Amino acid sequence: MLLAALASAGEVPLAERRSGYEFMSRETRAMQDDEVTGPTVFALLDGEALWGKLGCAGCHGDAAASMRGVATRYPAFVQGKLVNLEQQVRHRATALAYESRELLALTAYVARQSRGMPIDVQVDEKTRPFLEAGKAFFHRRQGQLNLACTQCHDDNWGKKLAGSTIPQAHPTGYPIYRLEWQAVGSLARRFRNCLTGMRAELYTPGSQELVELELYLMWRARGMKLEAPAVRP
Amino acid sequence: MSRVVVNVPAEAKRGEVIEIRTLAAHPMETGFRRTQLGELIPRDIIRSLVCTYNGVEVFRAELHPAIAANPLITFTTIATESGTLEFRWSGDNGYSASHRTAIKVV
Amino acid sequence: MITRRGFLLLGLTSTSALAQLPPNIEAVRKAAFEEAIRKVVGNAEVRQGRVKLDVPPLIDNGNTVPLSVEVESPMTAADHAKAIHVFTERNPQPYVLTAHLGPRSGRARVSTRARIADTGTVTAIAQMSDGSFWAHSVRVVVTLSACLEEGLI
Repeated sequence: MLLAALASAGEVPLAERRSGYEFMSRETRAMQDDEVTGPTVFALLDGEALWGKLGCAGCHGDAAASMRGVATRYPAFVQGKLVNLEQQVRHRATALAYESRELLALTAYVARQSRGMPIDVQVDEKTRPFLEAGKAFFHRRQGQLNLACTQCHDDNWGKKLAGSTIPQAHPTGYPIYRLEWQAVGSLARRFRNCLTGMRAELYTPGSQELVELELYLMWRARGMKLEAPAVRP
Repeated sequence: MSRVVVNVPAEAKRGEVIEIRTLAAHPMETGFRRTQLGELIPRDIIRSLVCTYNGVEVFRAELHPAIAANPLITFTTIATESGTLEFRWSGDNGYSASHRTAIKVV
Repeated sequence: MITRRGFLLLGLTSTSALAQLPPNIEAVRKAAFEEAIRKVVGNAEVRQGRVKLDVPPLIDNGNTVPLSVEVESPMTAADHAKAIHVFTERNPQPYVLTAHLGPRSGRARVSTRARIADTGTVTAIAQMSDGSFWAHSVRVVVTLSACLEEGLI
């Protein structure tokens, strides 16, 4: 009942949910599928090295076992706060700055351990206010273009925006290697690119607004398979 | 930062054509990009990749700024005999990287 | 941290520093492309065929474009592709990759990921051991991704 109230008329129905992967060319998809020499390979190797070097293995042991499923459940309510995966990864390594190569590599490595698993963020009385805040953000008109995210990503996905096909905006693959950046980056970075396109306020990585939005989008993508770390144009 | 990934089958039949995939971590700065203030960012790229098979050069590539970051170069060679495949990258600002891998030919 | 006034003044006072592309940029780049090919080929005839350049005709993002070239050749000591040259017409410089092959290669095939700046022609030329040249050109369309960091779109 709670979930039915949260679902809106414009939201993409479960049967029609499609990952950004399906909106890319065959060649770009092949890059994502290339686990040996794809563009995310170095980030994953770096992440694996950091897992050892920073001492994560001391508490968590082998990541493939201990981190399996973890990325599908974030953002989550941890110790009184809503945190996303990057923030949780930093929990013992606060020296790692947002968007730093190290944090992205480690997050990519952790997220990789859940590849193929369905997204499964928890919705309960603790997370409901954040989910509603994220949903409100998604539906609110913002910026000089006075656009709301839902107008493109719920109402007009599949159509073209200046030569690119509008995806449904499911964060199934973060952190991603965005071809445009020629680097791995976070969902927050991608949000900031959207907000720049809308000429709206650029919230910072780790800000409450963006983590709430991430929670809403992950909930909206529930059931879809995690592809992290993905490749996107 | 001289990180590389080389994918070669560990074992092959004599005479078999094997595929070799190589990847080198490098931003491949083109020399055409500018900073926010309009200053040109100097070129910094990998310029060549050489592969030798038991000391004999079997492949060489010249790379240019039009090769994407973290250059991927895939090529083939005939598995002639067991031994060592050696890969050497070199580029601007004294960049160099190398990798050796053994191959067993049966 | 540069102030808005400082940035605007910089724009007004600097001369060639800020990127002002020449109005005939297309012609300049096309000439460079043709010159680069001429340097390889000289006066020899370049024939169509035997070369297959595999590059997506519609490119998601020009920063990373998977590209491969295969040449029909027995790759024997007597008859093989010596080199594969790849050029593109609309980049700031026309060279993409030059691969040197030989009878030890087995197959005349090379793959990479290239940067293609703009819609135009990508050309692969195979230089054979008998001195002949063969080529394949593909016309590609390069699209920009939506919602960039600098807000150009």
